[in-house]
Amino acid sequence: MSDISPAEWTAILLSLRVAIIATLVATPFGIALAWLLARRDFWGKSMLDAIVHLPLVLPPVVTGYLLLLTFGRRGLVGGFLADHLGIVFSFRWTGAALACGVMSFPLLVRPMRLSIEAIDRRLEQAAETLGAAPWKVFFTVTLPLALPGVLAGMVLGFAKAIGEFGATITFVSNIPGETQTISSAIYSLIQTPDGDAAAGRLVIVSIVLALGALIAAEWFARRATQRLHGN
Amino acid sequence: MLRVDVEKQLGEFSLQASFTGEGRVIGLFGASGAGKTSLVNMIAGLLRPDRGTIVLDGETVDDTAAGIHVPAWRRRIGYVFQDARLFPHLNVAQNLDYGRKMNRLAPDPAQHARVIDLLDIGTLLDRRPGKLSGGERQRVALGRALLAKPRLLLLDEPLGALDEGRKLEILPYLVRLRDEANVPMVYVSHDAAELRQLATQIVMLKQGRVTSLGGVRLLA
Repeated sequence: MSDISPAEWTAILLSLRVAIIATLVATPFGIALAWLLARRDFWGKSMLDAIVHLPLVLPPVVTGYLLLLTFGRRGLVGGFLADHLGIVFSFRWTGAALACGVMSFPLLVRPMRLSIEAIDRRLEQAAETLGAAPWKVFFTVTLPLALPGVLAGMVLGFAKAIGEFGATITFVSNIPGETQTISSAIYSLIQTPDGDAAAGRLVIVSIVLALGALIAAEWFARRATQRLHGN
Repeated sequence: MLRVDVEKQLGEFSLQASFTGEGRVIGLFGASGAGKTSLVNMIAGLLRPDRGTIVLDGETVDDTAAGIHVPAWRRRIGYVFQDARLFPHLNVAQNLDYGRKMNRLAPDPAQHARVIDLLDIGTLLDRRPGKLSGGERQRVALGRALLAKPRLLLLDEPLGALDEGRKLEILPYLVRLRDEANVPMVYVSHDAAELRQLATQIVMLKQGRVTSLGGVRLLA
């Protein structure tokens, strides 16, 4: 592993940065959505649920293309953000983070939703009778009890984000140092005549990261059960 | 003083209850399925009546005609559930302190010490609820409700989940609570013996209706 080249390091670090930012930004939205899906009944709920899961089943190139249309420079949202807030997504690492965030969102939300659904709502009622306003109930009872699930969701989302390829390359292309993540670097390397060794090294890095994340998610899930049983 | 006059339809079951409670301990007596828990949940504010009023110490907490429904968290009505419902992620000390914090009350070390002493839970403070026996859990739940300084304490079959031996272990604490804690209570039970020991007034509930009201002699 010591002979990882600077270019490969750039791709690894960029992947980490993209996946970390994507996960951190997606988490609050993920928690809110998980809560909404677990606890509320409203018109269009199954539609919303389907839309959230769409990136999981849609061809990634379609998701990437839709992101390009929406968040590209001339896209409806992208144009507005660029003109008014100076936030540009297209062909930037921020766009890679957006693509990874969208693609990993279903995986991030699912454990969060399951852990909120598993919470005994009677505990929340008990908190209410002790004088806790609904938002305090959420932050002192619901969220702490769901925390292992929230962390598991973050880890799974991170693992998915770090490996994302199709939507990212469609939306922000494959620019070394800006949008070339581990996956797109591997893609470029295996198309280069003697890129096999470098590709192999990056493949190993991907496997290690993904495996580590899965083990961590499993560990958090076990913690959740312990927490709910009050040991 | 507690004045209740409510109606609630729950599926096939209709609850229609009206009574005024003045005693220190209002015993709500009835078989299971008589509507006791639903009635208590309405007093707590966890369940909204379809029609009617609930007035506690002159404050209207529910009045469907006037559109008043004070949410549970603003009622200052304590509730001890049959299944304790301690927060599993907090230890006993944190569970006890929860209500005080939520109501933004200043620490009251004297009351804290008194309640812990009254319920004999001083040695449990560092433990998690998962490591407590059923009886211990129920005592902590009592302490947690009391330390929120409620205006009224609802106890819904607090001994219901305990075996005979444990019941006898907790009962003396409840008697002490009644005599020393100075908080009016509504005590729900289907056990006449329990109520004879604790209640000062009886409300009998049968199939969603109040059938009689009066002293403990009703249970004879």
